[in-house]
Amino acid sequence: MKKLGNILYVTTPEAYLSLDGENVVVKRDDTTAMRLPLHNLENIVCFNYPGVSPALMGACAERNIGLCFLRPNGRFLARVTGRQKGNLLLRKKQYELSQCESACASIATSMVLGKIANCRTVINRAIRDHALLVDVSELRATSDFLKQMLQSVQAGATVETLRGLEGNAASRYFRVFGQLVLHQREAFAFEARTRRPPQDNMNALLSFLYTLLTYEVASALETVGLDPYVGFLHADRPGRPSLALDMMEELRPVLADRLALSLVNRKQISGKGFTQKESGGVLMDDRTRKEVLVAWQKRKQEEILHPFLKERIPFGLLPHVQASLLARYVRGDLDAYPPFFWN
Amino acid sequence: MTTTYSPEELLPLSGIQHFLFCRRQWALIHVERQWQENALTAEGRILHTRVDDPSFTEKRKGVIVARSVPVASTSLGLFGVCDVVEFSESAQGVHLPGYQGTYLPAPVEYKRGKKKLEPSDEAQLCAQALCLEEMLAVSIPVGYLYYGQVRRRVTVELTEALRDRVRRAAQEMHTYFQRGYTPKVKPFKGCKSCSLADICLPRLQGEAMPASAYIRQQIERG
Repeated sequence: MKKLGNILYVTTPEAYLSLDGENVVVKRDDTTAMRLPLHNLENIVCFNYPGVSPALMGACAERNIGLCFLRPNGRFLARVTGRQKGNLLLRKKQYELSQCESACASIATSMVLGKIANCRTVINRAIRDHALLVDVSELRATSDFLKQMLQSVQAGATVETLRGLEGNAASRYFRVFGQLVLHQREAFAFEARTRRPPQDNMNALLSFLYTLLTYEVASALETVGLDPYVGFLHADRPGRPSLALDMMEELRPVLADRLALSLVNRKQISGKGFTQKESGGVLMDDRTRKEVLVAWQKRKQEEILHPFLKERIPFGLLPHVQASLLARYVRGDLDAYPPFFWN
Repeated sequence: MTTTYSPEELLPLSGIQHFLFCRRQWALIHVERQWQENALTAEGRILHTRVDDPSFTEKRKGVIVARSVPVASTSLGLFGVCDVVEFSESAQGVHLPGYQGTYLPAPVEYKRGKKKLEPSDEAQLCAQALCLEEMLAVSIPVGYLYYGQVRRRVTVELTEALRDRVRRAAQEMHTYFQRGYTPKVKPFKGCKSCSLADICLPRLQGEAMPASAYIRQQIERG
């Protein structure tokens, strides 16, 4: 399996990146702060204002290194893409499938199954590991409910009903999510998922992790030649990376939700790292963001056994592996899209 | 039965070595347009940035050395760039614009490693020679492979058997390309050094169970 490359996160607002030979050079006040060979890099994620030299953009495009710009607060701004990857035949097939109700339903079924099963794993692990700290009967009830949902999803449904089932499952899951916060329960109290803006610390943390994940999934899809904007479960909407959002469904519990809980429960971050603005919206401070990024990177190095490929891969490769599998399904090499099931 | 290809139909000549290494690898690169670099391909790329200098042509001891020479063949349906073409003074040669006398061309292809067991490098070199022959109306008896790792030059005789291999491969490449077809995986020992292994997923077919069965199994495990 491919080697998980490093991601360079540039969080210093005034840093400027340029190219020197085969290296990326990070400059601050005209002095070189860092120099890294491009060779091992997979992505560069910038939270800085001055940006990146055109030469470096070109080098990244040539070498398949993702380059994306986020606002200092983590909102997505832009992504540099080079010549379009992949085959137009693959994209045409993707567009064709996206117009076909039964094909959409089949792919969306896989994705929703993956999502619900993985949410269930998050809950089941809490029951297993922390039976004394959580309300076991309530969690068990949610887990059973999700299990039933899996049956309903599998029974065959339209995209419309799948969206309904997914929504139901998500709200049931988030109803007990707050219980999985075992420490710092006040600072990270969680009632329900809120966004635009997130209204509490936990939601702010989740939103940030989802943004990181969206970017990584979108660039993985692009790498294998799929169009991240044309989805099967999420409806088309200009400017929305629907396919990236589709594929995120199954990965969110594994990569984002579980990490958010660990960061809080291990007290790697604290409530002090967040500020509630007058509107009720919550912002994360720079230090916390850095802490989260470091944990995110570390998490991605951990290995898991992919139950379909039967290969050990780092967590960080999941978006890439799932994108490849989806492309293989779209091309007709597989009889269904196999989602990632976290066991 | 000779077909000629239009300029739009030409395929990259460098693909022939991928094609002979693994047809699926070729299709992933040229049909599906996917590419992934690894250490080996990066070394090759860097080696070539040194070789490629189209403005550099020199004449030494009666031999004209031209670099980055664009070539194409409408009968093979291939186009590409020769790293180096050496033109030696020879009675069997052709006139070159700007030079006195007649010259016989010989392509030289630079490779990062050392001589391989499979003759895919020879085939690429031969394809370049076939292009040159077509463009210059001359017959080219030999070409050279220069291996960077061992710093050694190997003479390659452009035999009829080798030429045949190249013609057949080119034809097959066009058939696949027109169909937009990617052959299925046939795992072999070359998969280990292939930079596209993670895109190809060589274990996907054969060993893995059908995806639908996998989904059912995972859901049923509770």
